[in-house]
Amino acid sequence: MARRLPGKDAVIIGLGWTGSILAHELTQAGLDVVALERGPWRDTATDFPISYAQDELRYRLQHQLFLQPAQMCVTFRNNASQTALPVRNWGAFMLGNGVGGGGLHWNAETFRFLPTDFTARSHLTQRYGEKFLPEDMTIQDWGVTHDDLEPHYDDFEYLCGTSGTAGNLQGKIQDGGNPFEGARSRPYPTPAQKQGYGHTLFAEAAKQLGYKPYPQPSGNLSQSYTNPLGVTLGQCTFCGFCEWFGCANYSKATPQTTILPVLLRNPNFEARTECEVTRINLDNTGKRATGVTYVDPSGEEFEQPADLVLLCAFQLFNVQLLLLSGIGTPYDPRTGKGQIGRNFTHQTMSTAVGFFDKDKYNFNPFIASGAIGMCIDEFNGDNFDHGSAGFVGGGYIGQVRTNGRPLESMAVPPGTPAWGAKWKQALRDNYLSSVICGGACHASFYSYRDVYLDLDPTYKDRFARPLVRLTIDFHDNELKMSAFLTDKYAEILQQMGAKEVVKQPRKGPYDVTDYQTSHLCGGAIMGDNPDNSALNRYLQSWDVPNLFVQGAAAFPQNAGYNPTGTVGALAFWSAKAIRSQYLKNPGPLVHA
Amino acid sequence: MHRLNRRQLLGSSAMALLMSSPEARATIIKGGLPWKPGSADPPTAVSPGGWHYFTPQEAKTVEAFVDRLIPPDPQTPGGKDIGCAVFIDRQLAGSYGRNENLYMMGPFQRGTKQQGPQSPLTAAQQYRKALAALDDACRNEYSGKSFADLSDEQKDEVITGLENGSFKLDGFDGQSFLTLILTDTRNGFLADPIYGGNKDMAAWKMIGFPGTHYDYRDWIDRHNERVTLPTVGIASHPNWSK
Repeated sequence: MARRLPGKDAVIIGLGWTGSILAHELTQAGLDVVALERGPWRDTATDFPISYAQDELRYRLQHQLFLQPAQMCVTFRNNASQTALPVRNWGAFMLGNGVGGGGLHWNAETFRFLPTDFTARSHLTQRYGEKFLPEDMTIQDWGVTHDDLEPHYDDFEYLCGTSGTAGNLQGKIQDGGNPFEGARSRPYPTPAQKQGYGHTLFAEAAKQLGYKPYPQPSGNLSQSYTNPLGVTLGQCTFCGFCEWFGCANYSKATPQTTILPVLLRNPNFEARTECEVTRINLDNTGKRATGVTYVDPSGEEFEQPADLVLLCAFQLFNVQLLLLSGIGTPYDPRTGKGQIGRNFTHQTMSTAVGFFDKDKYNFNPFIASGAIGMCIDEFNGDNFDHGSAGFVGGGYIGQVRTNGRPLESMAVPPGTPAWGAKWKQALRDNYLSSVICGGACHASFYSYRDVYLDLDPTYKDRFARPLVRLTIDFHDNELKMSAFLTDKYAEILQQMGAKEVVKQPRKGPYDVTDYQTSHLCGGAIMGDNPDNSALNRYLQSWDVPNLFVQGAAAFPQNAGYNPTGTVGALAFWSAKAIRSQYLKNPGPLVHA
Repeated sequence: MHRLNRRQLLGSSAMALLMSSPEARATIIKGGLPWKPGSADPPTAVSPGGWHYFTPQEAKTVEAFVDRLIPPDPQTPGGKDIGCAVFIDRQLAGSYGRNENLYMMGPFQRGTKQQGPQSPLTAAQQYRKALAALDDACRNEYSGKSFADLSDEQKDEVITGLENGSFKLDGFDGQSFLTLILTDTRNGFLADPIYGGNKDMAAWKMIGFPGTHYDYRDWIDRHNERVTLPTVGIASHPNWSK
């Protein structure tokens, strides 16, 4: 039997970006808040100090700051005719763990989605007609607009100190920024980061081809910055050990460097680490959460009662916990009914490698930050006419190379043997003079009827709970888009002066061993009514109104950008609704 | 290797702001950012000499193998002298070799290529099995000689055969073994020298990677210039104090 603890006003499951933001907002509103985090406490001095943070084997290859599959795993198959098998070692995506979550070791690319991304279905059908979309594509409008979120994108960027160049300031297009972005109310809090040689050369080539390159918005700061909470971040030093790593320099925006120092001083807040929530408890009506059950490091089970439950774990585990707790109706791909697990998406990544004359080009790829680089947005979202393209969606294209870490920088020209003297010579000749950029074409992944999450019938976690099962494959729409974007990127590499360009468009089937991004989305999506969504526009569960589900699980489909800016904006938007509406009158904020 | 149980140690010790609640034995953090001196977890440098996992015969085979995957040349040592076999040995003796962090619950069954490796064997067990099978196959093919005793041309012939599937190992997929040892060899060649390979940072010097500097602000604007900073590793960095 679980031991029952004294009740709290709110319990937060997972203390990453969204958990930290919600905890801060709710403690500010006077609530007594406890956060339960599955992983350990992490801080700069202890876990990634400047004396050994730059360890590629430990942090990149052996994923030491990440969730270990031994602790919690998932299963994967391409389609329902296959048997899903466990992802025994991470590949296609990497899942965070511990205080700070993925926010601790992200690249800190801090994008906003396009206004039309939030109205994807209505916009595309209006422009191209209903029949233009594939029959099994299940994209839909978010129920929230870019204008709704703009003040909260601003909240998140000013929390982080994001470095960038505005492209659209209150409707006026600005030189040097992204002219396609939605109107922003004020400039980025800090100017864009400086760029390395390869990034600069890409921007010049893109301009020559008629594009409008802009610096990638970066949470690795161009200068020191004190945020509205009074927390100060330092200037990024371009160490080249950013994503996958903790920042030893306090110059990457993370919960630790922006919000936790203030949150943890609040007497209304406490965090319990290495505590894994095993279920959200409901009362006998099934319409009200009474709190959560969790297991502490000793294996003892506790019940933590709370009036309000905030589900702030990673996307996959938010969906898993909803399914394990019997909240909402599980999605059935045969009928299309049920909301939990539906519209699961990822990202469609592709690239091309450019090999340059080693006697003329020295890119020093190791001089970089996690969100450095120059991008173009001409082929993102619906920024171009898809009428003759044969697909919908798109992505940003950029030279956003973040590092020259040797184990990740072994590209050699085609035809080079995989081993032996020729391989060694090719490595020697190409390391400094090649452009390798895994994230060059960062494209959307739209939702489909047969891409979904449910509980695995066979494989279990260490508490004998079913693992979450991923059924996912690429569809023709995304593969066509990837070929199109890769061609465009390759043209820019040619224009830069590459002597050889090797295109690597995304190919099916979806391969769980091949890293793309960790941008898994959907499964508990937001929308305008309970028949098309699990959550209302404030991320409140339609089924259990004192439960709010944060993070990218709410995305009805994924856009052609990194999601964290939107995840942060949604957290502030949801927090505002809780503070200004829900706490005054607890109950559904939208009446179905 | 890293002290992987440090967290449990921390959880049970008295820390300024990390307290063990009498009511719930979880680690409770409140009142400010917790921090305790001396609680960092630096890597332990591999000590040279001897083998921690390989038998002497296995070590001989692996040294011969890595020296063909990355042969010596006049400028840069090969896989053997740069320490790739030592690197692999120490990795196999540690958490990597035991698949400690991976999901190892059954049932085990073969899946599609897209589903990734599904072996019930740990990395260390895979080496043990494959290296024995490799020597057996070589003795059969090359009149009683084990892999290490073959000429360089014969060794390359075997590796090429593993690569294209024509040289079979009994009870082990030769291509999978080549992928495993090639990945580990490259990692040993190019990882920080603290792990036993990349001796004298020779591989980093070969490609032009200046190592674990943490500040390139003076270099970000110096486009297309060769960086002249000395090459440093974790344990040769001025911040290293162990």
